[in-house]
Amino acid sequence: MATVITPKPENSTVVDNQIKTSQKKYKMITENVNVYYGNYLAVKNISIKFPEKSVTALIGPSGCGKTTFLRCLNRMHDMTKSARVEGKVMIDDIDLYDKSIDPIYHRRKVGMVFQKPNPFPTMSIYDNVIAGVRLNGVRDKKILDEIVEDSLKMAYLWDEVKDELKKPAIELSGGQQQRLCIARALAIQPEVLLMDEPASALDPIATQKIEETITELKKDFCIIIITHNMQQAVRVSDYTGFMYLGDLIEFRETKKLFTDPKNELTAKYVQGHFG
Amino acid sequence: MLKRDFSKSRGRGPLSDKIFKIAATVAGAYVLVVVLLMVVQLGWESGPIWQEEGLGFIWGTDWNAVDGRESFGAFPYIIGTLVTAAIAMSIGVPLSIGIAMFVLTAPKRIGDPLGYLVELLAAVPSVVFGLWGLLVFRIYFKDLIEQPLHTAFGDSIFLFSGSPFGLDVLSASIILAIMIIPTISAVSRDVMLAVPQQQKEAAYMLGSTTWEMFRLAVFPYSKAGLIGASILGLGRAIGETMAVTMMIGNATGLAAIPQSLFSTSATMPSIIANEFIEASPVSLHMPALLGVALVLLLVSMSINVVAHFLVIRMLKIKEGAINN
Amino acid sequence: MSNIIQNKQEKRAEYRAMFRSNVKNRLLVDKIMMGVVFACVLIAITPLLWILGTLFYGGAEALSWEFLTGEPGAIGEGIPPAIGPAIQGTLIIIGLSSIVGIPIGVMSGIYLAEFGGNWFSKQIRFFTDVFMEFPSIVLGVFAFLLIVLFLGHFSVWAGAFALSLIMFPIIARATEESLKMVPWSIREAGAALGLRKWIVTLRIVLPAAKNGIITGILLSVSRVGGETAPLIMTILGSSQFFSGFDSPMDALPLRIWRFSLQPYDEARLAGWGAALVLVITILAIHIGVRYWFIHKRKKTDMIPRLSKIGV
Repeated sequence: MATVITPKPENSTVVDNQIKTSQKKYKMITENVNVYYGNYLAVKNISIKFPEKSVTALIGPSGCGKTTFLRCLNRMHDMTKSARVEGKVMIDDIDLYDKSIDPIYHRRKVGMVFQKPNPFPTMSIYDNVIAGVRLNGVRDKKILDEIVEDSLKMAYLWDEVKDELKKPAIELSGGQQQRLCIARALAIQPEVLLMDEPASALDPIATQKIEETITELKKDFCIIIITHNMQQAVRVSDYTGFMYLGDLIEFRETKKLFTDPKNELTAKYVQGHFG
Repeated sequence: MLKRDFSKSRGRGPLSDKIFKIAATVAGAYVLVVVLLMVVQLGWESGPIWQEEGLGFIWGTDWNAVDGRESFGAFPYIIGTLVTAAIAMSIGVPLSIGIAMFVLTAPKRIGDPLGYLVELLAAVPSVVFGLWGLLVFRIYFKDLIEQPLHTAFGDSIFLFSGSPFGLDVLSASIILAIMIIPTISAVSRDVMLAVPQQQKEAAYMLGSTTWEMFRLAVFPYSKAGLIGASILGLGRAIGETMAVTMMIGNATGLAAIPQSLFSTSATMPSIIANEFIEASPVSLHMPALLGVALVLLLVSMSINVVAHFLVIRMLKIKEGAINN
Repeated sequence: MSNIIQNKQEKRAEYRAMFRSNVKNRLLVDKIMMGVVFACVLIAITPLLWILGTLFYGGAEALSWEFLTGEPGAIGEGIPPAIGPAIQGTLIIIGLSSIVGIPIGVMSGIYLAEFGGNWFSKQIRFFTDVFMEFPSIVLGVFAFLLIVLFLGHFSVWAGAFALSLIMFPIIARATEESLKMVPWSIREAGAALGLRKWIVTLRIVLPAAKNGIITGILLSVSRVGGETAPLIMTILGSSQFFSGFDSPMDALPLRIWRFSLQPYDEARLAGWGAALVLVITILAIHIGVRYWFIHKRKKTDMIPRLSKIGV
């Protein structure tokens, strides 16, 4: 049996949970992650163990630090000069923030899909998918073709674009572009996939497709997804973490968190008392 | 917030506001009047040379002011201008983009002061560049670079033939390159800053290094704007007068067409600067110089119009992205 | 089914091994490029420091009261010819061109900011930007044709007019940008009080924008003080102090040019001295303007806006 322990935030009751994970291992483990913007502490002491081959949803009101926390998991904050990250983020026993390892290779292990689809506008569909792979020096056309087909199939986009791979990526619809971004993230063979409200900019049909994709992908990947849509979290995720003002309030199996929340704050949020 | 247009006053607005609007509009239109007047006057006063030589003035290579055998052609100076500008661009553009990249990626404590120093280059007057070039830079440049190049390659590569004296196409172009760097690098930096953050994040997410992020996300996106920035620099290079006049050696006519990097030459601005005072208005000499000025003006205007379109389009994309 | 999964996982492991192998190269390339980029900055800054160094080292010894206030006269032995008329001429010509250029520039900026938004003002803004890039020698030729040829002699007015043509577009755009930064609510407040638009603009909005406008004016003055080409065929240059608007006059940049053409050591020394005076003044204005902004009003981002319009 595996345990996830959440520290006590000042103004919420104790949340102590246990997750039956049986044979599942943990793909990603964070320990005491704190994020400072200048002097402001935006993410407070979060320790979570994300199981492999599952979907974990992070929910919470705007400004609670979900995106800030998510961005720690692939060292996105390196881009922001005023941000400072403390703590450990481990993938398979390697700490991403360990100063002695080079971040380039390890950052590749965590792929990310953003809120608004952002394919490279000057490149074709094919080139977009393969962009990260090319960076890594792969030139063999056979291998590239293989990876493109593989990634687009996993993203449920292959059938729609397989005859038009050279088309510019921005000619795709919003939903297709987002699946293209998923394919692009998958092409670099990540071990964890981060998704920051991936369907919020899309229409309902595209959203449904994305959710189907996620449900299939979780058979192979550890997926962590931020969503504002609680029904989506229920549909798609196995575990859910509720965050509020930078703290992790509760982290449990999704069904349990929504039907029987242990923390009062969680209950209030889940019932829609604040948003 | 509603923007109320109260330039249309309700009912009868008193005269004072009307006068104000007219005065402001006149002031605004002043630039249009000046541009029009300039083109018309240059065209008119240079009339005699166009009558005499027709459009052949543009291809002509004579430059003879002797009474009775007057003949003028602007071609050598057009070539001189283009050659110096081209060399200046080939040196200045890569340096400028590199500088812009540095300012964008270096920590603020280092990037900002160094970036400011580069901007200060623009504050140094052209004539001071010329003075320094003429009295100081030329000596080192001739001894350390031009002479060795000539000795080593003078016989084999035509570019390095001709004994160098330090006042020639190459040295003038180098000074020109230094002078256009502040312009190109400042605009390039703005253009590259306008690349949406999400693009850079996408590249970063794929595990790219800083340089790779530029290659993947910044350069392809800002290509048009960077070209626009370079063309703005080209416009400056073409119109630059004093430093070039003092560094280019001042040949005239056929001899001004450069045979090698070490040839003396002249540009459109430099020939005007050198000869305008001496030219008598009753001969063809002054109309010839005015003809050169007209060509210079038209070339410069066209280049700057193109550059502005490219840059403005790029910056509008950024504003559009913010508003979305 | 599990066979397929096994193959997939093996494939993935294969790819990952492939990726590992060139990370070191990529990091090396990255380091090299960052070094190249830094070298670019050093290459660009070197001439600036070299020039400043040469000016101080070569020009300082020329400086003296007589140098700054006397007439050049004949080339004396060991004594650099003085630049009194040149300094006086520069001050006069800047003053005159400001008298012409500032009102037009400010009013033009007011037009663009307060009466803008229509097609006509878009054209004006466009042409103002394009006009800013006109070669200054062509502006001098224009002033020559318009005034010198018309009057039949060289004229200080012609030089002032030519320089004003350089000044007014810079001031116009600086004014426009500054006015645009004044919040709309101020104009509404004025209108709500029943004030005429011209009063609101000139008495309320303009003073609120004065920092940016003064910056634009100062920067255009420093730019124009160093201009040589437009003065060549308008005021010609002279060895004497100002002697009337209808005679040639000297100016610092012109004098520097003349010195550079004379092969005597004294003339060279005088050239460095004059250049030193000119550059110190220009840099003082530039750095002073920036210091004033950074330390007095941190809120504004006028400097980047101004650099965008090419000052």
